[in-house]
Amino acid sequence: MSEGKALPVVNAETTAAAAARAPVSFDGRVAGAGLTLRRAVAVETLQVNVGKLCNQACKHCHVDAGPKRTEIMSEEIAGQIIEAVRRHRFKTVDITGGAPELNPSFRRLVTESRNAGAHVIVRHNLTVLFEPGQEDLPDFFRARGVEVVSSLPYFLAQQTDAQRGRGVFAKSLEALRRLNEIGYGIEGSGLALHLVYNPAGAFLPPAQSSIEADFKRELRARHGVSFNSLYTITNMPIRRFLDYLRRTGNEERYMRKLVEAFNPQAVAGLMCRTLVSVDWTGRLYDCDFNQMLDLGVAPQLPRTIADFDPREFAGREIVTAAHCFGCTAGAGSSCGGSVVS
Amino acid sequence: MSYYEEDDLSRFSDMGKHRPDLFEKFMAWYEACQEDGALSRREKALIGLAVAHALQCPYCIDAYAQSCLESGSNMEQMTEAIHMASALRGGAALIHGLQAHNSVNKVSM
Repeated sequence: MSEGKALPVVNAETTAAAAARAPVSFDGRVAGAGLTLRRAVAVETLQVNVGKLCNQACKHCHVDAGPKRTEIMSEEIAGQIIEAVRRHRFKTVDITGGAPELNPSFRRLVTESRNAGAHVIVRHNLTVLFEPGQEDLPDFFRARGVEVVSSLPYFLAQQTDAQRGRGVFAKSLEALRRLNEIGYGIEGSGLALHLVYNPAGAFLPPAQSSIEADFKRELRARHGVSFNSLYTITNMPIRRFLDYLRRTGNEERYMRKLVEAFNPQAVAGLMCRTLVSVDWTGRLYDCDFNQMLDLGVAPQLPRTIADFDPREFAGREIVTAAHCFGCTAGAGSSCGGSVVS
Repeated sequence: MSYYEEDDLSRFSDMGKHRPDLFEKFMAWYEACQEDGALSRREKALIGLAVAHALQCPYCIDAYAQSCLESGSNMEQMTEAIHMASALRGGAALIHGLQAHNSVNKVSM
């Protein structure tokens, strides 16, 4: 991690710090480390972004999601995704948004993916549980054995509300209590509840194991709440977080920080090697961040979920840009947290 | 131009242009000090922040404020560390008051 490296390393000056001042491509940086970034043989995870509708409007949101967004997945595209899950037997279906639960096809997507044998992860923002018609969500999750992954930027209200909106911390705690009550986040229950830490500002996340221990201790002691694991995720310099960086004069410094913290060891574990992301219109991407930048998969590959064929993705190139430095900084970052222990 | 430039922090390694051998020795020691040991990185970052305030070094304050955030400290913890440094500085000044008292007493009837 970058922690502890308050001052730059002398022998990295010619690379990291200089690269931060001069234009440098992500691919160039990877090649400079003697590495190549290609897809793995298998596509293990289909990450489904059902659209931008959300009950929250978080300051760091790379999706630019919010209550007024209307771009959501249709029943027809959801049907194509279910068909692809049945046909290609993805190990994992990872459903995100926005708040994916607000999409009318959400429960069908979960149920049919489970019926097809896939492990299902839902990126659940906790507060959506208090929206009309969503009260039974915890029971729905439990009945289908869904793995729940929820953002909670910090174990204190100030940092959480600053990022996710006033009152979100208190509502999130209430939702966590409800999930705990039916077994989520309780050791031995088999019901996985993971939390996501992402920095409430223009800095890198701390070491995952260290901050996980703090979260477990503080949430248990202060609020009687439990969870299984904490994932640290770096804020990506795109969309709403990029707007924040620019508005506050932090863009150059943050990008320099990401480039300086480039960790070659993170490359092998990048999620884009084993994941395909599909948007609310059915288009395919190498990750959810590329999706938000409208960077589709490499031109010669199938463009939509209807045409998806995993054999064509094996070992193929991955579309990259400057934001990819966010996934290789420090201990690395993915939708499953840091990638280097 | 002010005497302190924010960008100088990222140019610290320019100090290695002359006598790089000495600078490399310094950096090896400096980095080794930061590693997890009997104290965690976070505890060390908080010590660094406190010392930075005692030294009133703007580069160090900037660097260690970031290090504290990136090792998981919050503003309450950081502010307590700064109060510790300030209390020590205040106490160190105040105890020297006895030197003044001694000096006065020595020449007083």
